[in-house]
Amino acid sequence: MVKTDVVVIGAGAVGCAIARELSKYKVKVTVVDKRDDVGGDASKSNSAIIHTGYDAAPGTLESQLVVAANPMYEQLTKDLDIPFEKIGAILPAFTDEQFESLPAIKEKAFKNHVYDVEYLSKKEILEKEPELNPEVKGGLFIPRESIIDPFVLVQALAENANENGVDFMLNTEVIDIKMEKGAVKEVVTTAGIIETSYIINAAALHCDDIAAMVGKADYKVMARRGQFYILDKNTSCKVRNIVLPIPTKITKGKLMTPTIHGNMLVGPTAEDLPDKEDVSVTTEGLDSIYTDVRKMIPEVNIRDTITQYSGLRPNRNPEGLHVDIYEDVKGYVNLSGVRSTGITLSVAMAKYVAEKLKEIGCELALKDDFKATRKGIPCFHEMSVEEKESIIKENPLYGTVICRCETITEGEIVEAIHRPIGAKTIDAVKRRVRAGMGRCQGGFCGPKVIEILARELNLRTDQVAKNLEGSYMVIGKNK
Amino acid sequence: MYNLTCDVAIIGGGPAGLSAAVAAKKESGGRVLVIERDESIGGILQQCIHPGFGLTYFKEELTGPEYAGRFADEAKELGVEFLLNSMVLDMDERAGTVTCVNREYGMTAITAKSIILAMGCRERTRANIMIPGSRPAGVYTAGSAQRLVNRQNEMVGKKVVILGSGDIGMIMARRMTLEGAKVLAVIELMDYLAGLTRNKVQCLDDFEIPLYLSHTITKIEGYQRVKGVYFAKVDENKKPIQETEQYIECDTILLSVGLIPENELTRKALIDISSITNGPKVNQYMQTSSENVFACGNVVHVNDLVDNVSTESIKAGKFAAQYAMNTLPKEEKAVENIAGENVRYLCPQSISVSPESEKVSLYFRVLHPDQNVKIIARDGDKVLASKKRIRVNPGEMEEITFNTGYISGSSVTVEVVKEGQES
Repeated sequence: MVKTDVVVIGAGAVGCAIARELSKYKVKVTVVDKRDDVGGDASKSNSAIIHTGYDAAPGTLESQLVVAANPMYEQLTKDLDIPFEKIGAILPAFTDEQFESLPAIKEKAFKNHVYDVEYLSKKEILEKEPELNPEVKGGLFIPRESIIDPFVLVQALAENANENGVDFMLNTEVIDIKMEKGAVKEVVTTAGIIETSYIINAAALHCDDIAAMVGKADYKVMARRGQFYILDKNTSCKVRNIVLPIPTKITKGKLMTPTIHGNMLVGPTAEDLPDKEDVSVTTEGLDSIYTDVRKMIPEVNIRDTITQYSGLRPNRNPEGLHVDIYEDVKGYVNLSGVRSTGITLSVAMAKYVAEKLKEIGCELALKDDFKATRKGIPCFHEMSVEEKESIIKENPLYGTVICRCETITEGEIVEAIHRPIGAKTIDAVKRRVRAGMGRCQGGFCGPKVIEILARELNLRTDQVAKNLEGSYMVIGKNK
Repeated sequence: MYNLTCDVAIIGGGPAGLSAAVAAKKESGGRVLVIERDESIGGILQQCIHPGFGLTYFKEELTGPEYAGRFADEAKELGVEFLLNSMVLDMDERAGTVTCVNREYGMTAITAKSIILAMGCRERTRANIMIPGSRPAGVYTAGSAQRLVNRQNEMVGKKVVILGSGDIGMIMARRMTLEGAKVLAVIELMDYLAGLTRNKVQCLDDFEIPLYLSHTITKIEGYQRVKGVYFAKVDENKKPIQETEQYIECDTILLSVGLIPENELTRKALIDISSITNGPKVNQYMQTSSENVFACGNVVHVNDLVDNVSTESIKAGKFAAQYAMNTLPKEEKAVENIAGENVRYLCPQSISVSPESEKVSLYFRVLHPDQNVKIIARDGDKVLASKKRIRVNPGEMEEITFNTGYISGSSVTVEVVKEGQES
């Protein structure tokens, strides 16, 4: 039996941010997740934007957390070596109605304490974003809307938490929660029982199932699917800013943005689904993205797509971001309704949850040996010639390029596998070092990555998975 | 930085690079260096263990490794040098320098009098053709699966559906069958075969593998691993007809939906690229818009037969060596080659006419299948050459040869017209 002080259920952005925040304190923390990797679910399929919160509903918890989180990223991404860039967002207005709605959007931003939203004239907005439909009438500029590598964000938070003493139990599904005298006592998992005084439910899409285990099934999680395109770095039409449509009453709409690695990202749809696992893409969904985004960026070249994916936002019914504590379930903090702003608000949520824990009696005394920084995996193709020379001398594996599209070396892949929270699958390697993220989508490097994973983890090749258990890549040797 | 100099540097040690190396060495006797990212030479032919290679070039039937071996042996005998495990990262074509990375030498700069691009091509992916559905394991491009099966000895699945009737797809249909898998269908969007007819006969018909022309996959199913596919007949606009949708249970989908020349380096060097072939534009010397850079093989345009790759690469090798020795014929005028009726593109895209007349061959693919046609190359009203063909197919390359001495205008047009209807 494992004994700990705090169990965090869910190793997504929010769970890992909480783990890292708690690792500053003298408290034993264990993170459990049913997947084999951190950030393996909603945190991996989103628009990779750090929002300002300009358009949140003023006065809500979501507004408070997003607005507080945005400025944290400048330091955090330096400390944890996370690719991040403050490129800014523009909201172009094409119709009179849209143009007339701009003051209200600016006003709302002001109410959310986002004071730096600027008006742009037609000339200014076209200068900022030459690819815009020239019929644009003007718009808004939101300077602190930023782009990030969401995979590395989650990995960095987890690795840093782990280095500061947090245990991660992956491939571990929570089956039940046992209580005693109105307080949580044990988390029953597929990997055994964990005895604990506190539980934080950060299980996102499945947080209602966890809540039901403590008898708090007063809401339902509804998956809201978002489909996206990723376009080739060489695509003929690239935007410089995050280009956001003016939201309607029904939807926030579909955007186009550069990614931190130089691709273009276009999407998402918003479709409510009954199935919490349906991350398929559909012709209708993908077509609707093109139709909508083309109105803003007429030259967007969807034929340059190198992949399409979809993610599920853990929408909540009734709606809204909730952090709940209960009189009759002591030691339990329930998070629900973390949606599109989940990546952004994760780091502020972590501080908020720490305060909640104190409120319910958890003693949090700061450690004096907390290590706030983490170094990422050296990125070969971003190095100078001298740096390349020296790293190859140090480790000749950096002299073998495995992924030709993104120029990823064997050294980087092997390091991704042997990191504290290491990659165990093809997709986990891809999310850490981008092998297979390029235009051939792993056609060339995939077979080699199977071999490397098998070699480094001492597995048979037919045990190497794409991502989930059962997602085997090969079935065994030829007869 | 490790520095090397040579007369001709060749990027890529596949069939194109090897043929070019042999020709360059024979032409000049100078220092010829092949840079190869793999640990061995031969390129994609190393995984093409089936026969069918060399019928045109060697007049005998060889396997892929045997075909590559012939050129590799000759190159080695002639004294061509090889830099293996070396991935080219950059090319400064003005300085004639390519930079590569190698685990033994570290960063390596090779300066050459002429450079030949022979990087080959890559496969179109699921994403390129936007197949809807879930995204499980078990969806492979045919070439990746071929590598796994033939080079890594790994079997990829048991029940297979193949999308696309390209040659690699058909070859893999047979290969998977021989390894004990059941190939349930080969599905082709167009109403004609994408690959060679002989591959349909030898790889599909002989194994009773059904081919569905004018069909496409409408949805992939499966969460962890592929569980099945829906597919349907398409209408004249290539849109699936819902009522014709069928389901096949399978664990593997192989895609043989086209190849794209790999021109990352070419693009970086701002060399002119054809929007149709996706390869560099070349003249009959296989010379690109950067005069010291030549190109050959599938990096220029996707060939049907490796034999044609060799023929074209031998030209690239010969003329790149001449360029290095400063003996390449001086250009008097450049003539543009124009794709006329039922011609998708022409390679070379231009002809460098010099005072000495020479024979040039233009290679091309037709846009759609046809029968009893005439291929005509003309300079305005003047017919430079013409020939009859009983059958033409987009899957098979066509060629027409004429003498540059006959060209008086500034362009040559090639067209494929019904016999008796030529103007």
